[in-house]
Amino acid sequence: MTTEQTPGAPYLAQFAQVKAKLPGRRLSWLKDLRQGAIERFVSLGFPTLKIEEWKYTSLSPLTKTVFGPASQEANGRAEEGLRRFLLGEQPCHRLVFVNGRHRPDLSHVGSLPAGVTITSLAAMLEAEPELLEPHFGGEDQSDGQALVALNTAFMADGAVVKLAQGAALEAPVHLIFLATTQGGPAAHHPRNLILAEPGSSAAIFESYGGVGTESYWTNVVTQVKAGRNAAIRHYKLQCEGAEAFHIAITQADLESGSSYTSFVMSMGGRLSRNEIAARLNGTGVDCRLNGVYLARDRQHMDTSTRIEHAKPGGLSREVYKGVIDGEAHAVFHGKIVVCPDAQKTDAHQLNENLLLSERARIDTKPELEIHADDVKCSHGANAGELDSEALFYLRTRGLEEERARSLLIEAFVAEMIDGVETEAVRSNLRKFVSSWLPTVANGKGAA
Amino acid sequence: MAATAETVKTVKSVTDEYKHGFVTDIEVERAPRGLNEDVIRFISEKKNEPAWMLEWRLKAYRTWVERFLPASDPTWARVTYPQIDYQNAYYYAAPKTKERPKSLDEIDPALLRTYEKLGIPLKEQEMLAGVAVDAIFDSISVATTYKEKLAEMGIIFCSFSEAVQEHPELVREYLGTVVPYADNFFATLNSAAFSDGSFVYIPPGVRCPMELSTYFRINAENTGQFERTLIIADKGSYVSYLEGCTAPMRDENQLHAAVVELITLDDAEIKYSTIQNWYPGDENGKGGIYNFVTKRGACRGKYSKISWTQVETGAAITWKYPSCILQGDNSVGEFSSVAITNNYQQADTGTKMIHIGKNTRSTIISKGIAAGHGQNTYRGLVRVLPKATNARNYTQCDSLLLGDKCGAHTVPYIEVRNRTAKVEHEATTSKISDDQLFYCKQRGLSAEDAVTMIVNGFCKQVLQELPMEFAVEAQKLVGISLEGSVG
Repeated sequence: MTTEQTPGAPYLAQFAQVKAKLPGRRLSWLKDLRQGAIERFVSLGFPTLKIEEWKYTSLSPLTKTVFGPASQEANGRAEEGLRRFLLGEQPCHRLVFVNGRHRPDLSHVGSLPAGVTITSLAAMLEAEPELLEPHFGGEDQSDGQALVALNTAFMADGAVVKLAQGAALEAPVHLIFLATTQGGPAAHHPRNLILAEPGSSAAIFESYGGVGTESYWTNVVTQVKAGRNAAIRHYKLQCEGAEAFHIAITQADLESGSSYTSFVMSMGGRLSRNEIAARLNGTGVDCRLNGVYLARDRQHMDTSTRIEHAKPGGLSREVYKGVIDGEAHAVFHGKIVVCPDAQKTDAHQLNENLLLSERARIDTKPELEIHADDVKCSHGANAGELDSEALFYLRTRGLEEERARSLLIEAFVAEMIDGVETEAVRSNLRKFVSSWLPTVANGKGAA
Repeated sequence: MAATAETVKTVKSVTDEYKHGFVTDIEVERAPRGLNEDVIRFISEKKNEPAWMLEWRLKAYRTWVERFLPASDPTWARVTYPQIDYQNAYYYAAPKTKERPKSLDEIDPALLRTYEKLGIPLKEQEMLAGVAVDAIFDSISVATTYKEKLAEMGIIFCSFSEAVQEHPELVREYLGTVVPYADNFFATLNSAAFSDGSFVYIPPGVRCPMELSTYFRINAENTGQFERTLIIADKGSYVSYLEGCTAPMRDENQLHAAVVELITLDDAEIKYSTIQNWYPGDENGKGGIYNFVTKRGACRGKYSKISWTQVETGAAITWKYPSCILQGDNSVGEFSSVAITNNYQQADTGTKMIHIGKNTRSTIISKGIAAGHGQNTYRGLVRVLPKATNARNYTQCDSLLLGDKCGAHTVPYIEVRNRTAKVEHEATTSKISDDQLFYCKQRGLSAEDAVTMIVNGFCKQVLQELPMEFAVEAQKLVGISLEGSVG
């Protein structure tokens, strides 16, 4: 009974073992932070279906397994696994993390304009820990706060991108997280910090993938702080291994006049959840959250977003589209909160779902919580199968059924990908989409 | 007309008591305070119920005590209220005679102003306010006439207690089949302690010739705080049922936990309309009725239809989700709602559409209006089960905010497990634009009239679903409910 009640207990024991080896162990504030976090995790426990925001996502497959610390033994699988994630010819600043740790040999950071720092969290904790201290341990109200706490306790590495006032980074920053562990389920807890001072701008692309069929767990937390008039474009590709668990929480704090554009494509993992919490803390913020989720077989894919308009004059736009095939179960939970202060808010949200098979399943919950009157807020959600008339039209033009279906699905998704501004990222995402499509066209899941 | 008379029962019971507290000077037969098995036996005995009915109540009571009470009231809705002490209430009071005011002069002038605005004639005002006039007998004789006519057609329309006595086989067959005794906290409490309510049975192929309303039911008085309604439309029949009234309803019981069960068999249709205007509390949020209602209909038969129309303007707290279980192939569910929260009112209301049969269709139209410090939440579920091929749902939820202290929230749950389903949800939230207001004022309307007019336009889609006599009064009610929210 006790083991059932506290699936978090093994992690407490693990923490006792590894805490002396974690980076920044000499920093007393960090020690306290980690200790507080693990205690918080144990007391909160893993989120359950009883928590409204986790209503449709059961973590029981995850909590049944105890994930050990990721082994750092090099096994030569990283180079091969990395290839498909690379952005090709276009210039970019690349940080590669294998099994949760930075691999300088695989990374490449080009020449950076003045005031821009791109480094690993572990290195930063050695070199300038005082710069990081203020960014940790703030009050956390996120829906997955227990897992954020677990991440805080165990975080060993991750990316730190620091943009000084007015710094403009041309080439995208590409962060690749690769899992290659063998021999037992392992967990890694990357922690990324994107700190954009007033007027700075950059594009950041996170890619997650795995090599092999082992079960592992990526529990990542990314914090974005956009100062006044900063402009951050934030892309993410989640293409984890078939047996992987991926839980990601992105917290974006947006100051006056800043703009934050996020695009997330989820397609990998056995059970995944991507949570974004954007807080519009200043006036006139422009926040766009877009994304695509492609689920098939027995995948469970959860997208959970929260946009909080705390100050007046904010604009938010959100469009998420899902394609669900096989016996997959997709979840969309999008919440827009307009605080009493946030007059003149303009918020729109849309969630569209395409169901391709008999057993595909979607649970969607777009939610508006509005406490100010002078606002324009709307949301829409829909679910259905491919438009039979469009299909018929294509068939009359001589396309085979499968080809026609594939084309329509591609068009459904491409509309979203086309909105990705950074060219290198866009073409990379397209490649992944088309790699996903043929299975559909072959009629594997489609009836 | 229907609306006004329906009020008789409530307003009559109030006027005096409300002002002066709960004076119980006349012979009252009460169960002791609190709820336990003895009280339930007492209630059942008073009503001369058969053993199976008592057993059912006790089963519900035990479930309530064991399963629900320890976990306390449901907390998922966006409403807040102080913990209710369930053992500090009376669960049974026999109908009592009351001292009636002698003329309209004794009536709360605020109430009279409201009547005036609703356009209720003086004579009826007297009735409504419970002034001791003979008019009341007219309504009884009218009701009797109708009752005979209905009986001729085989329609059973009586109080729930009467049905338990006269038609036990029907009650036993259908009671609790839509809302089981262990359904939820308040429904279970109701199942244990329900006082009375309505029972309707429409025989096969019969189209009920008139709108049924509690108005026509002689023993409508004192249905109490735990009302229980059961309506069965047999194959190919049709009935339209009205509940509530537009005039302000006051009641001495703060907690109301009603249960309504509707059942339609093949090709049958039930249209259920509600206007709820319980006492909402004063402008500082003091007092007011807690309206925790479980309403659910089952479209059992193919091509059957259930439509819920509600105008919720009263009650301090509304917690209500009239739902449709679309079991029969090609069955249809509809939900149209206007919910208004002003001052400190809170409403968490919506619907559930459960698509089980093939080609089932549902439509949800919800209009929420929040003013003052009101909190207005739409909470709805659309679920398409794997067998519900070609299910179709369309949902539209619009919210209007008047003032910067109120809140409007939309919480739809959409669960689709069949790819042939087509489910659409749309929601908007906005305020009345300055342009609209300016235009109306420039045409000579006062700000208040302009708002009423615009809000009525906003609600039109729902109000026009109401039976004629209701619709007209509902429009005026919308304006009255928003009083004090403009300016």
